[in-house]
Amino acid sequence: MAVILTFAEERGGKVRRPALEVVSEARRLADALGGSVASVVVGSGVGALATELGSYGADRVHVFDDPALAAYATEAYARIVSQVVTETRPAAVLLPFTAVGKDLAPRVAARIGAGLASDCVALSVREGRLEARRPMYAGKAYATVRWEGEPQMATLRANVFPLGAPEPGRPVEVVAGSADSSARARVTATRATTAGKIELTEAQVIVSGGRGLKGPEHFHLVQELGEAFGAAVGASRAVVDAGWVDHQMQVGQTGKTVSPTLYIACGISGAIQHLAGMSSSKIIVAINKDADAPIFKVADYGIVGDAFEVLPKLTEAARAYFAGKG
Amino acid sequence: MKVVVCVKQVPDTETRVKIAPEGNAIVETDVNWIVSPFDEFAIEEALRIREARGGEVVLVAAGPDRVQTALRSGLAMGADSGVHVKDPLVDAGDTLATARALAGALKTLVPFDIVLTGQQGVGGDHGQMPGLLAELLDLPQVTVAVRIEIQDGKAVVEREIEGGRETWETSLPAVISTQKGLNEPRYASLKGIMAAKRKTIQTVDAAALGIDAAALAPRLKVVAMELPPARAAVKMISGDAETQSKELLRLLHDEAKVI
Repeated sequence: MAVILTFAEERGGKVRRPALEVVSEARRLADALGGSVASVVVGSGVGALATELGSYGADRVHVFDDPALAAYATEAYARIVSQVVTETRPAAVLLPFTAVGKDLAPRVAARIGAGLASDCVALSVREGRLEARRPMYAGKAYATVRWEGEPQMATLRANVFPLGAPEPGRPVEVVAGSADSSARARVTATRATTAGKIELTEAQVIVSGGRGLKGPEHFHLVQELGEAFGAAVGASRAVVDAGWVDHQMQVGQTGKTVSPTLYIACGISGAIQHLAGMSSSKIIVAINKDADAPIFKVADYGIVGDAFEVLPKLTEAARAYFAGKG
Repeated sequence: MKVVVCVKQVPDTETRVKIAPEGNAIVETDVNWIVSPFDEFAIEEALRIREARGGEVVLVAAGPDRVQTALRSGLAMGADSGVHVKDPLVDAGDTLATARALAGALKTLVPFDIVLTGQQGVGGDHGQMPGLLAELLDLPQVTVAVRIEIQDGKAVVEREIEGGRETWETSLPAVISTQKGLNEPRYASLKGIMAAKRKTIQTVDAAALGIDAAALAPRLKVVAMELPPARAAVKMISGDAETQSKELLRLLHDEAKVI
């Protein structure tokens, strides 16, 4: 029976949402294949997470619970995932395309000699094998890929695969494992740079600002609109390169590729490398004073207007809307 | 210190992608090829390490003849020499095949202290090379670095994660992948461009690196490629700023159903 193995990334005692999305997708694929879902969870005090993984569709959870494994370490984690793959011979191995997943998956792929498709946005079953769809050139093109041999390895983009409805009390088999925790590269400190803020790649709503804001002293208009929508705040390359905001906020081909439900572009003209990074968003709103700006070609709703007039009014209206709703 | 930088040549980020008639690749004619922007951070960092500590910077790239231009660009920035892995079997392979070829070339450069490369190429966007190379070379890795400090026999690296930064310590040699924010890559000077013409680029194929065809057979294949689906026409909202704002919220709620 085909097994789909997932890596259940944990942070702060919880399975991260992108990892639950991966389990949900693994369940759908396993049902289509007539197979089962197994997950690997690694960390300290992570045994209790098996129940949650089970509720999202894991039939078996390999738990590597060890204080020495508390912090993510590439070599130790790669050894563990590879060991589970060698022992259980899954048909597919799926990981979230997160900071940890991006670091871990290639190491495992090289160790077990598997083909790896990164940043997949769709998976399907065709004649008992997987087929994946993934963006290239930051979304200027989409490739359909298939694997030779097994396991078929993929990382899945966050926020794209729907979270399944959890079934509390769904039975799950727990397999405890132990492993060598040694690693030559290790985390010695962690600090939050966007404390309390929402990560761009995992946000449902993004409000982004560009050169139309005219200067860093006006960027607060974008921040305030973002707060009104409960959104993550992004920026175009132009304003990042001009030093207005940190590069971690850049959306586009040399920044982050995002697919939120709602993307509001403020004062962004829509350079091709920006459009590549955000045009797979579900709904796009463009606010720009130039009616001919390329951003309107990808937008669903457009407002031709001065950002300095529109943003404060829209912020006010959004606050009233969400206050009324809440 | 000897720093090796793996470089990928990619289409300029301003490129409008067109799909080739075979349907599983892009049209390469009319493409302006550049060094992947993330690899420029790697080259710059390597040059800074050499400037601070002495040593040499060697570039390695895989691909067809055009890749020589990317290597010359890096040499013009100041790197000392280049290795070009030129083999159609590598070009027809997947990321693992490229990694095996690059790892083979890196083994000929031992002993080295650091391997630097961009956190992803701006093209295939797999972002796998750093981890694949580290495993194939049995080296530690730290990816997505925004700060690198070399100390005795080790490196202290700041790495970007969701909503924060981690500090990592790694023994050397190690593979470190570079992210925007690490440095500002220099432009090649005219003198640098002239000097680059006299620098050595060694060309090797997979067989010369002891890699057989079976190791390069792709495990992942692109069976189709297409442009993103066209988006629906934009609906323009008119009126003064207040009217536009209220109408937008109404449409987002009633029509788009996203708020």
